[in-house]
Amino acid sequence: MSAKLARREHRTAWLFLTPLVVVMLMVAVWPLGRTFFFSFTDAYLDDPAVYGMVGISNFIEVINDPAWWSAVRNTLTFAVISVAIETLLGLGIALLLNEAIPGRGLLRAAILVPWAIPVVVATKIWEWMLNDQFGVFNRILISLGLIDHGIAWTASSSLIMGVVIFIDVWMTTPFMVLLILAGLQTIPGEMMEAAEVDGIPAWKRFWSITLPLLKPAIGVAVLFRSLDAIRMFDLAYVLAASNQNVMTVSIYARDRLISFQELGVGSAASTWVFLLVALVAIILIGALRLDRSAGE
Amino acid sequence: MASIALSSVTKTYGTHTVIRGVDLDIADGEFVVFVGPSGCGKSTLLRIVAGLVPASSGQVLIDGEEVTDVPASKRGVAFVFQSYALYPHMSVERNIGFALETMRLGKDAVRRKVETVARMLKVDHLLARRPRELSGGQRQRVAIGRALVREPEIFLFDEPLSNLDSDLRMEMRIEIARLHEDIKTTMVYVTHDQAEAMTLADRIVVLNQGSIEQVGTPLELYQSPVNRFVAGFIGSPRMNFADLAAGSGTNGFALPAGFLVDGGQPTSVGVRPEALSIVAAGAGRMDGILERVEDLGHEHFAYIRLSDETIWVVRVAGRPPAERRNQLVGLSFADADIFVFDGEGKRIAHRSSSALPEGVPAEGRLLHER
Repeated sequence: MSAKLARREHRTAWLFLTPLVVVMLMVAVWPLGRTFFFSFTDAYLDDPAVYGMVGISNFIEVINDPAWWSAVRNTLTFAVISVAIETLLGLGIALLLNEAIPGRGLLRAAILVPWAIPVVVATKIWEWMLNDQFGVFNRILISLGLIDHGIAWTASSSLIMGVVIFIDVWMTTPFMVLLILAGLQTIPGEMMEAAEVDGIPAWKRFWSITLPLLKPAIGVAVLFRSLDAIRMFDLAYVLAASNQNVMTVSIYARDRLISFQELGVGSAASTWVFLLVALVAIILIGALRLDRSAGE
Repeated sequence: MASIALSSVTKTYGTHTVIRGVDLDIADGEFVVFVGPSGCGKSTLLRIVAGLVPASSGQVLIDGEEVTDVPASKRGVAFVFQSYALYPHMSVERNIGFALETMRLGKDAVRRKVETVARMLKVDHLLARRPRELSGGQRQRVAIGRALVREPEIFLFDEPLSNLDSDLRMEMRIEIARLHEDIKTTMVYVTHDQAEAMTLADRIVVLNQGSIEQVGTPLELYQSPVNRFVAGFIGSPRMNFADLAAGSGTNGFALPAGFLVDGGQPTSVGVRPEALSIVAAGAGRMDGILERVEDLGHEHFAYIRLSDETIWVVRVAGRPPAERRNQLVGLSFADADIFVFDGEGKRIAHRSSSALPEGVPAEGRLLHER
């Protein structure tokens, strides 16, 4: 290719990229940069134009706040448990759906329903179903004779984390199923037949062939879900607002920023959230070797 | 070592019948090749023997024992796939030895077996590699090694060489033949490649639309096909066919006077391209226009138009034909090389009236044209 032709191709490439770059600057780089900037100031939300530079004291204030560390603990507990359950459940359901069972197409469509419902709507529905007096859930348990009177699932401080995890599992397992099913379908049928003819027992076929070949798909699914779970806001906020027992780091940042109007400290908390998500992403990508194992 | 017997095996998918009542006996140590056009059911039949596809009805017996309901993993057969089906995340060594891992042999015993097999197939220098680092031929050797290491009673091959280029195919063909001579295990081999079928098989099974057309040694199929399908399928280029004209008109093709057939009504004839030779116009048994010549170097295929819808191919070995294109040429052949078929395509034996000498002007001698 001549140098002139190469230059023209480069120009065309930039022409196509420019709109995207502009949008990214506007919706990602600019707000992130503003947040980062404000985290070094003592600005308040009522008048952000008035501020003084305070160095890293906002960051220090956040990590000296026990409520922040409680939020970190909640967030990590929620992320680890819900993603683990979703992965196992997703893998199981995907394996079932991958078998040639009658009505498979219908099942595949049906399983996507929870994923299609907006988080706020699903959370509100579950909140009502779990209501201690009128909820259908307690009604069933009472009529089965398992309990005498309704349990306040969403009010009890010891149960609320379990409820949040349960609703999240209900909502996002379909996503896991879908990604793992896609991974399963890339495994050639003849390879499994070869193992079958060779007399490899079913558990070993799963453990030594299916699982290693599924690793990239499961890795991507776990990465997506983990990052989603760590910045989780809507589910816990709709269900319990600022309840300390399920306050996530995102809710903590929002409270500082909006409820307390502390633009500086809130921005610092948001930056910590950003760094936390980035750290988890780097660890997961490294641990799962997603950058290298993809497509092999 | 084991024999295989199929009795009235059928396979239907919904309303679609793929295998129609196949009966077949394969002797212990025999090398049998299934051939047929695509969609004839040859791969399905092989999978039924392996247990990968359940038969809809009929029985499969291995070594005299009924295995119709025995799963593939318990049949003691090995299967080599066209796609090789190697495990991409395992080294060559683990690929070959994988089936032994659950057999409680001990690590050293497994390693020794894998090394023996790898040496035999000349992949011992590749043991540490992954399948994606191997060439097509090497992958197929590993796949065969994986089958071999279990010392199966029966080897099943499903078009194992179809993904290889022609040189490698020839080389692997010879190796598979040698392998069979060495281990003398029963082998069933599916291919659409005639050369593989003819060179490897003790017996060839010709399948068409789910039924067996003929079973026989390669030479039997070539020399005495039972019907027009087998005659056309075995041999390359394929046999030339011509329909005989109804009645004894002067148009179209007709058997020569004095040509005796053993019962049946001859309706078509065939002559193999290698049985034909080109002579001067009028000097052979029929005339036609030389339309084109394909040069393959060591042999040449001449396409000769005998009538509006009939073109016959002549295989000319050695030097290319001297005749020019679009010239009228004559075709000559012996009576013994004529295959006669009845209305249903069945071959009818004939006693050629060989008293008539070669080279006599064509008039009334055999197939007449125009």
